[in-house]
Amino acid sequence: MEAFGLLMHGFAVLMTWKIISLMVVGLVLGIFVGVLPGLGGPNGVAILLPLTFTMDPTSAIVMLSCIYWGALFGGAITSILFNIPGEAWSVATTFDGYPMAQQGKAAEALTAAFTSSFIGSLVAVMLITFLAPMISSFALKFGPPEFFAVYLLTFCSFVGLGREAKHKTVISMALGLLIAGIGMDTVSGNLRMTFGSDNLLRGINFLVAVIGLFGISEILLTMEERLALRGHAAKISLRTVLKVWMDLPKYWVTLLRSSVIGCWLGITPGGAIAASFMGYNLAKRFSKDPESFGKGRIEGVFAPETAAHASGTAALLPMLALGIPGSGTAAILLGGLMVWGLNPGPLLFVEHKDFVWGLIASMYLGNVVGLVIVLTTVPVFASILRVPFAAVAPMIVVSCAIGAYAIQNAMFDIWLMLGFGVVGYIFKKIGIPLAPFTLALVLGSRAEDAFRLAMIGSGGSVGVFWSNGLVGTITTLAITLLFWPLIDRAFTAVARMWRPTPVTT
Amino acid sequence: MSNSIRATAALAAVLASAPILSSATSPAMAWEPTKPVEIVVAAGAGGASDQMARMMQAAIQKNNLMKAPVVVSLKGGASGAEALIYMKSSDGDANKVLIAYSLIYMLPLSAKIPFNWRDLTPVSVVAMDQFVLWDNAGGAKTVKEFIAAAKAASSPFKMGGTGSKREDHVLTVFMEKQTGAKFSYLPYKSGGEAATQLVGNHTEANVNNPSENLEVWRAGQVRALCVFDKERISYKTKVTETQSWNDIPTCKEEGLDVQYLMLRAMFLPGKVTPEQQAFYVDLFEKVTKTAEYKDYMEKQALKPIFLKGPEMLKFLEEDDALNKSLMTEAGFVAK
Repeated sequence: MEAFGLLMHGFAVLMTWKIISLMVVGLVLGIFVGVLPGLGGPNGVAILLPLTFTMDPTSAIVMLSCIYWGALFGGAITSILFNIPGEAWSVATTFDGYPMAQQGKAAEALTAAFTSSFIGSLVAVMLITFLAPMISSFALKFGPPEFFAVYLLTFCSFVGLGREAKHKTVISMALGLLIAGIGMDTVSGNLRMTFGSDNLLRGINFLVAVIGLFGISEILLTMEERLALRGHAAKISLRTVLKVWMDLPKYWVTLLRSSVIGCWLGITPGGAIAASFMGYNLAKRFSKDPESFGKGRIEGVFAPETAAHASGTAALLPMLALGIPGSGTAAILLGGLMVWGLNPGPLLFVEHKDFVWGLIASMYLGNVVGLVIVLTTVPVFASILRVPFAAVAPMIVVSCAIGAYAIQNAMFDIWLMLGFGVVGYIFKKIGIPLAPFTLALVLGSRAEDAFRLAMIGSGGSVGVFWSNGLVGTITTLAITLLFWPLIDRAFTAVARMWRPTPVTT
Repeated sequence: MSNSIRATAALAAVLASAPILSSATSPAMAWEPTKPVEIVVAAGAGGASDQMARMMQAAIQKNNLMKAPVVVSLKGGASGAEALIYMKSSDGDANKVLIAYSLIYMLPLSAKIPFNWRDLTPVSVVAMDQFVLWDNAGGAKTVKEFIAAAKAASSPFKMGGTGSKREDHVLTVFMEKQTGAKFSYLPYKSGGEAATQLVGNHTEANVNNPSENLEVWRAGQVRALCVFDKERISYKTKVTETQSWNDIPTCKEEGLDVQYLMLRAMFLPGKVTPEQQAFYVDLFEKVTKTAEYKDYMEKQALKPIFLKGPEMLKFLEEDDALNKSLMTEAGFVAK
């Protein structure tokens, strides 16, 4: 019950008016960001990150993670009311949510979405609460080979488990690794690929890249598609909320299944998007009445939302405990931690107890407060979408530019961000996933340093990656995951048994 | 890459510019900053430079040494080169002051960074930092045993440090030259990381500054073998349960004749006015007289020193020549 005591300590850290109000501000900003297409969770967090630089780390992470929870909640609003997924992970929510809204059951659908989001994160937070202390005792076992093995695991699982075409994932990741190599090389102390430019000396900042890749490119796409916004009005009464909650126990299997899928995909970097689809598809497969899915079935809202939220929350565990982000947003939060002078990794749990447990406690509190806020403010947020796109788009572009500039006070970074915007647009057009690129940009140089330090330490022998149980297991797991599709196919061919249908988008 | 995520100074400055009560006793100065003053740190968060900058920030604000607020701005990207280029491109901006260390001599040599400290305006040398040879608490107990273990090791004997071709690396090379032992030098991103890796037994030793290993030393996880100076550190207050800084022998006493001290000095950008320079010389002289500064020197085992004007220039030229010869001898000067 050590975890319980620490958690209570965390709540004590949070119970100040300053932190509670930051939490509310963060949630409202997050919902706003989640509602707007073109500004997703990662972008919102990336743009607002510099605002938190002067705060103490605990306040800053509470605010940022609340933006994240808010974005997770907000994504559902537009999916259900307007059939526009505000976030990629709410695409699956539109399948049954929008039909429900058309049948005049928008309030039920929204309540279902918010409630299941809440349940999903709650399950994931409990997982974090009880797993986190165990992970911190791992603390000192991590030397260069172990770190490299974990990075390798992350890269391999992206390739092996990702839903995108393998070659495209590899292309995207390789380009990210290349860009990550720009700047000073710590191991040799030499400059690489700077071409004599002072601006390139410090390397490409991944936040600048992320704002361009996601924010600017999404604006470009939306302009091209001439997005028209038409929505349904929504108002939630207490009676609808209670009615949906009364029905909840009936769907416990779906909720549990989606929570488990979400936690698993959050910890391994499958991410919220994959989790929401997997949750939806499995609910449909195991339903006695699969035909009714897609026609406005409330279970079709429960399943993806629970999974997406569980996964979004669980993604923070590997980020905190190992310094490895389980999602794009977690990757940006990771950058934030470093700015505040906290080194994510096993020692974080030992050296910064206040911070870690404050964050975990804020996950509980943030979700409760978030649920209340979304249930009461739906009509307000729905009205955002009546503002013409022509007015919203310039605001988004300006906020992206400010965000990119503020990271290092460099005008060069704005040009860089715009450049990455075009790159992101092209990637989306030719179907190259952006996530592996971002991941490689964040972890590339760390993975490289860890590999080279391991090589120096072992005198050049690759055997160091199997030199003890810990590193050997991780490395083997990484390689297994890399070839998972092949292994899976081989097993299926041998067994000739029932085989899961591929997840469809 | 991860190193290059840095706090934004201007934004921080705006947010931090809470009004500060002016001290009634401050004398009328010819020039005084009106905007927030940025202390530029050429290293990562939590490192020795960062800690020192935050001590100065606290000393200035608590003692009302200046009306304008102070912000610490971390520019540790590209092993600190980011800060050097930032200072170089801020000619005439007297609201930025760099807290420099030996990288001002070494980086231009090893990585051919287009920088020369003579382009900046020297303010004062505020301290000298020590280097200590540390090993894991479970490792060798004396320098002799340590060297013997290094010579006997069949697999690479790993020495952790911060950065490549820099002070830690130079010390390692000179230890090799002195003893004939071979070390595999592992360059980590920060002194903190080098400390953790030593505790976890992933390296055999490191040559961290006292401040970087202080916490793990107090926790009894590492052993201080010797200090790379002519004389012992003067502080005699117990730091660990049994030892004070003064109890650490010099490396020379232990038969390892390697010495190195590192400057901690303040610089303004180039082309500032003499009045502006004078203001900061005076400011940092006051800082070195505060209780915060004295406490910090003792806790982190630094040598207090204050040099300004021609005295400082003479010191810098000599120090530059010394570092250059060390770098050349170690073979770290880029062709």
